[in-house]
Amino acid sequence: MPTKIKVAIVGTGNIGTDLLMKVLRSPWLECRLFAGRNLSSPGMMKADHLGVPVSSKSIQAVVERRSELDLVFDATSAEDHVKHARILRDLGLLAIDLTPAKIGKMCVPAVNLEECLQAENVNMVSCGGQASVPIAFAIAQANPEIEYIETVSSIASRSAGPATRINLDEYLGTTEEAIQHFSNCRISKAILNLNPAQPCVHMQTTVFAKIARPNLEKSREQVGAIVKDIQKYVPGYQMILEPMIENGRLAVMVRVEGVGDYLPKYAGNLDIINCAAIAMAEAYAQKRVGNGKAEAKNGFTP
Amino acid sequence: MKSATIVVTDPTLRDGSHACSHQITIEQIQKYATAAEAAKVDYLEVGHGNGLGASSLQVGLSLVPEREMLRTARSCLNKTRLSVHVMPGFATIKREIAGAIDLGVDLFRVGAHCTEADLTQRHLSYVRNVGKEAWGILMMIHMASKDVLLEEAKKMQSYGAQGIVLMDSAGASFPSDVTEKIGALARGLDVPVGFHAHNNLGLSIANSIAALEAGARIVDGTARGFGAGAGNAPLELLVAAMHRLGYKFNADLYKILDSGELAAELFAENLPISNAVTIVSGLAGVFSGFAKPVIRAAKQMHVDPRDIFFELGKRKVVGGQEDIILEVASELARKNSSKNS
Repeated sequence: MPTKIKVAIVGTGNIGTDLLMKVLRSPWLECRLFAGRNLSSPGMMKADHLGVPVSSKSIQAVVERRSELDLVFDATSAEDHVKHARILRDLGLLAIDLTPAKIGKMCVPAVNLEECLQAENVNMVSCGGQASVPIAFAIAQANPEIEYIETVSSIASRSAGPATRINLDEYLGTTEEAIQHFSNCRISKAILNLNPAQPCVHMQTTVFAKIARPNLEKSREQVGAIVKDIQKYVPGYQMILEPMIENGRLAVMVRVEGVGDYLPKYAGNLDIINCAAIAMAEAYAQKRVGNGKAEAKNGFTP
Repeated sequence: MKSATIVVTDPTLRDGSHACSHQITIEQIQKYATAAEAAKVDYLEVGHGNGLGASSLQVGLSLVPEREMLRTARSCLNKTRLSVHVMPGFATIKREIAGAIDLGVDLFRVGAHCTEADLTQRHLSYVRNVGKEAWGILMMIHMASKDVLLEEAKKMQSYGAQGIVLMDSAGASFPSDVTEKIGALARGLDVPVGFHAHNNLGLSIANSIAALEAGARIVDGTARGFGAGAGNAPLELLVAAMHRLGYKFNADLYKILDSGELAAELFAENLPISNAVTIVSGLAGVFSGFAKPVIRAAKQMHVDPRDIFFELGKRKVVGGQEDIILEVASELARKNSSKNS
């Protein structure tokens, strides 16, 4: 039995509660605190029912229980995370940020997990970023001459809460920045569509690239390999259109089916960012515990 | 009812972008904008078919950069006000809207799929806060009931929209639908209501008249119907009908007819026509702008474009989801080849 590291989750909305379910399943993580503002929120009640220590004092509860904790997931808001980041840094706790605050190092496990293990604050980019950045990265590995990359995600309307809707511009900006950073392509664009169809559609993401002389075979190899890597920590990630050339553009399409922990399976967009955060936390745990003997069942080793 | 002056909006240089795969030229903008000004059109809308920031591999790259399109149109307009289409998810405040304000755009028509009005909140408030005019646009209105549309329109009104336009983006509505939906909004809102037709089922003028009779105060029409799919309500026919029915409007009938003639020359290569694909697009209730990319994918993958449209309709895709065309076309191709082998 490996020693588990002790985590807190701040923010008890959909993301926070789904994360909790994933932490409870992890052989490397133990949830010592589930903190928010409202003890009667559905997430808080669920946590309490599962016997997880809860608090309505949000980040203050983390400060009070510093000695019991090793890392903190922040699933509040970008605005709050700006304040929380400072507090967590002073406490010496690793912050895994699921808000669009973009303070820490951008982390996409299939691409740069190893180098994130040194950071004191890692940012999980965005749901569309987690789905598309690895593909953009793989395309860039196969094609040195990328002129432009674009990513389009469609998500079910029901999976986009009020915060996602009001922060649409930030979502686009963050996703574009991550695509540029990880593909080394100077120009990128992100597009998001919300689809209200019933039954709800699964999250789908398409990556398009404009490449002077595309190498289709190598693109298929690289993309195929990274999809397998992602599947190690996002079980519902599948490629539905392997790299193809149409109308002068290279296109790849993936679909993300959620695990269905707290959120329904169609909410692959929320599942993938949480799966990525868990992959980050488990890798950190393995490093801290310092034993590679007990391989995590659903853990991801780059 | 006919005492109010009907506002005429002309998105020829925006919806027409779909009809020519986003290849509108500077010269076309100059010539058409000058004619629209002379014809006293109230608003001229210019830009990529999906609006600001939509030039993309997803929907198609514009020939002329957006800022240049707007600058060109601005220099040709005086009384006619310059409008742009804005879809949150494509356009952002910082990247596109702020710049368009600097270029002198007068009206921002901020749109969303007809059930997703809350996506427009920040963009509408931003435009209003800087003192520009902002309307809310609900697209693909055949996919929602009148009650849902009214609820969504009220949200936009509360965000500051000074007008609400219902777009029959798939050209899938019948006059009775339009009467019911526009009527509900005209009764339930404080701001004027408008209608934007597509001609996929040959009903663009009939639907526009139904809208006016149900209380619409704003109508969209494009010269010779230059727009996505089977095109829009042809502006020259729309103005002629309004003239005949006794509606008041600022546009000059003869000059509107002239700009129709001009459009026939300017856009001769790409004037929309009703055909097998546009009719099926209307029947399937799929965004008219999908016509060209569907035909292209069908050709490359050797499948029937009508099958693609019906499958897209089953999946209830919305405007902006053009990438799904590739997935559906490859899936159909796979099915066909397994049938034949």
